[in-house]
Amino acid sequence: MNRTYELMFIVRPDMAEEDLDKLISTLETAVSTSGGTVKSVERMGKRRLAYVVRRFHDGVYVLLTVEGSGGLVHELERRLRVTEPVIKFLSVRIDEEQKRLAKIKAIRDARKKTPPAPAATAEGGEAAPATA
Amino acid sequence: MPEEAKAPTATAAEPPPASEGHSQRPPSRGPRPAGGPGGSREGGRKYFRRKKVCKFCVEKIESINYKDVRLLAQFVAESGKIVPRRLTGVCTPHQRRLSCAIKQARNIALLPFAGRAN
Repeated sequence: MNRTYELMFIVRPDMAEEDLDKLISTLETAVSTSGGTVKSVERMGKRRLAYVVRRFHDGVYVLLTVEGSGGLVHELERRLRVTEPVIKFLSVRIDEEQKRLAKIKAIRDARKKTPPAPAATAEGGEAAPATA
Repeated sequence: MPEEAKAPTATAAEPPPASEGHSQRPPSRGPRPAGGPGGSREGGRKYFRRKKVCKFCVEKIESINYKDVRLLAQFVAESGKIVPRRLTGVCTPHQRRLSCAIKQARNIALLPFAGRAN
């Protein structure tokens, strides 16, 4: 039951860099203890929020991609909820979307491999009604 | 850039044909309602409405992700509302994904729920 999830969370802007490092490393250890793997951690930096959250106008966005079961996400969400500097978070399951995109890409690539003959016929077919 | 410019002009062009259709309807064609956004049948009407096309189908954008604020912002009105399909021309499957993505982006404060009140 390995699924890929994306957890995006916002920490308050006045948080020190070291504290953020510590927070991310604790989350990473939490992931590994619950039997998951961290695929990537991306700091998207400070951004202006679209609306005021807990009286903050800005926030530091962090994106965490993990692989694991639903229980892992439950645990991570619980941790984020009790962590005081985290002002907002969102977890999204992304493996099915990735699968869908890979499928579409495969279809497109397959079509690209045999372009000459079908493309010529398609052009001829298109040109006829356009002139008529 | 051209897409952004296209959307407002399309919305601006919306009201005049509708009003004209109302005034013309009784004498010429009785019960026929002035066709919706399609406008393929131009019965001597002044306004030519260009057929709207789905941006995602044309440009082959497959992934509609909540993180792509620039893309999503094109389909959100100034007030923060999701722009309806009839104005943007987005096809149903893409509009469905789009609205999901916009709602996710709202939840993580990438897009506003309503207006620029702050």
